[in-house]
Amino acid sequence: MTVSATWARIGAIFIKELVQMRRDRLTFGMMFGIPVIQLILFGFAINTDPKDLPTAVHAEEHTPVTRTLLRALETSQYYDLVLESDDPRDSEHLLARGEVAFVVFIPAGFTERLVRGERPQLLIEADASDPAAASNAIARAEAIVNQALRHDLKGPLAGLAPRPGPVELIVHPRYNPEGITQYNIVPGLLGVVLTMTLVMITGMAMTKEAERGTLENLLALPARPVEVMIGKITPYIAVGAAQAIVVLVTARFLFGVPFHGALWILLIGIAIFVFANLAVGFTFSTIATTQMQAMQLTFFFFLPSLLLSGFMFPFRGMPTWAQTIGEVLPLTHFLRIVRGVMLKGAGLADLYGEFIAMGAFAAAAVAVAMARYRRTLD
Amino acid sequence: MSDLAIDVSGLVKRFGDKIAVDGVDIQMPRGEVWGFLGPNGSGKTTTIRMICGLLRATEGAGTCLGYDVLNEPEKIRAHTGYMTQHFSFWKDLTIRENLEFTARLYQMPQLRERVDETLETLGLADRQNQLAGALSGGWKQRLALAAVTMHNPRLLLLDEPTAGVDPQARRDFWDEIHRLSTRGMTVLVSTHYMDEAERCDRIVYLANGKVVARGRIGEIIARSGLVAYRGEGEDVRRLAARLQGRPGVDHVAYFSAALNVSGENRQALENAIADIDGKDVEWREIQPTLEDVFIVLMMRAGADRRTHA
Repeated sequence: MTVSATWARIGAIFIKELVQMRRDRLTFGMMFGIPVIQLILFGFAINTDPKDLPTAVHAEEHTPVTRTLLRALETSQYYDLVLESDDPRDSEHLLARGEVAFVVFIPAGFTERLVRGERPQLLIEADASDPAAASNAIARAEAIVNQALRHDLKGPLAGLAPRPGPVELIVHPRYNPEGITQYNIVPGLLGVVLTMTLVMITGMAMTKEAERGTLENLLALPARPVEVMIGKITPYIAVGAAQAIVVLVTARFLFGVPFHGALWILLIGIAIFVFANLAVGFTFSTIATTQMQAMQLTFFFFLPSLLLSGFMFPFRGMPTWAQTIGEVLPLTHFLRIVRGVMLKGAGLADLYGEFIAMGAFAAAAVAVAMARYRRTLD
Repeated sequence: MSDLAIDVSGLVKRFGDKIAVDGVDIQMPRGEVWGFLGPNGSGKTTTIRMICGLLRATEGAGTCLGYDVLNEPEKIRAHTGYMTQHFSFWKDLTIRENLEFTARLYQMPQLRERVDETLETLGLADRQNQLAGALSGGWKQRLALAAVTMHNPRLLLLDEPTAGVDPQARRDFWDEIHRLSTRGMTVLVSTHYMDEAERCDRIVYLANGKVVARGRIGEIIARSGLVAYRGEGEDVRRLAARLQGRPGVDHVAYFSAALNVSGENRQALENAIADIDGKDVEWREIQPTLEDVFIVLMMRAGADRRTHA
């Protein structure tokens, strides 16, 4: 059989898939609805550096110093002083009920003891049941207080002002100095969206034929497995490309995510990543006998990808075994590529390890898919 | 080239430890129309699938259109039209799109014209843009037949093509099969209908994965050694229950307002009829029908042991 014949058959299957894709409104809508919905949800809704946390104040005295302190907390943007309570039991309840995240407790005689140099105590009670929610505000508290007092402790009180430590510590939070969550999440979403839709849709593409009884016909017609596979997958490469464009355009113009690196490096990354996911989806379709099973297998793959890749939780925060699993998943490497290129301006030399790891996964997935594809109905 | 379209011997197919087909030989000359009969689960579909390379035979060997059934399935498929038991064209494609897809896979030249022609012959030209899923059972079968014969295959394998189709559509369908046959196609049709079996040159009867009878219908009936009587009269239907199960009576059936009984032992059958007190019933010997023969063959072969659907 000649090469042109092969192309003709791939073309036949490609056209058929396109027509069926267009006719299946729900799936078609999903392919573009999912990225948009995820972008809106994750892009706008998730913030790993929460600010304006409701705070109650229980002040047993009101002096210029305490006012300065409270104002400083408020201007830090982390604390939103929503109410004042007079009763300590009251503030306890506020915290327990979750009405406030913090209670700032200023004891009587605070100012007097401060002036006398007795290091009075200032208590901040925090609802740390969700560590991530409270951690940044807690971490900043001391700096906020010291900064505020530096202004008030002047003249005769200058001796009480906090002295700088023995080391001048300089921290440069690079690549995302303002710590904007979207800069991290939105590029990562590109990988999540591609994983979810491509694995699922290709997984269902073959099982659909089996479920509807058309597989027997497809096998009886003169198309070879490779041709069927290429013809069926190609439309979804286009889908992946369209999704990538949607996410990248949104990242740039809606979320203002910087793009420091070279686009072509990212495009190579996307190409390998799309290929790896399609191969996984195709493998699933050779295992599953129904579309439902293909869906379940997709989630079996998607959830670890979401959780262990470093998309949702810091990769380095995971134990070694979890990191090992994460290293196998293509999403892990893709996230490093997309974040590296966009935020850090990383070049090919910085990322070649990720490309190799992702490429190896893709090659293995294709090998499994090809080995498992049934030429017969056995 | 051999003048056998299908030449397979000793075909065996096992699914796990279940035997679906157990040593089937078929030597089918080119240009004939053969019927493939047998109860549900007798291995007809499995055999057809092995012949066209959709299933790999566990044992046995042979050729189809001169190509090896085990090693050259792609060549076989290029010259074979296989119509599956259940409608397996794409219901979410239009009639035209289904035909075009098939034509493209077979790389037919002048694709558009061929599809137009086929639609015209089918009488579906004005409905070509309807989804195939919207067609009635009979039309689906005609579409499927048109699609699998568009590339002018040398061999046509039809798996219960007329199941659930009305008599008129069945008749049209068979006329079409005979037309295709005169154009030189070899046709193997599996069916449950006796009237369809009678439209075949020869039949092969399968039971429990084995060929239990083959040949021309007359020969099969003659070889069966079956004797049949037909009884007519008032209330003859009530006698059926009394005749059933008597020694010598293999089969009792009531149709055309008469009772048909058959058995393998003439003496025993005649005794059984005589024992029944049927005063107003007039008995005469008739030629056994194909159905009588098949029921006996089925009883001899034992019950349906199928577990593989």
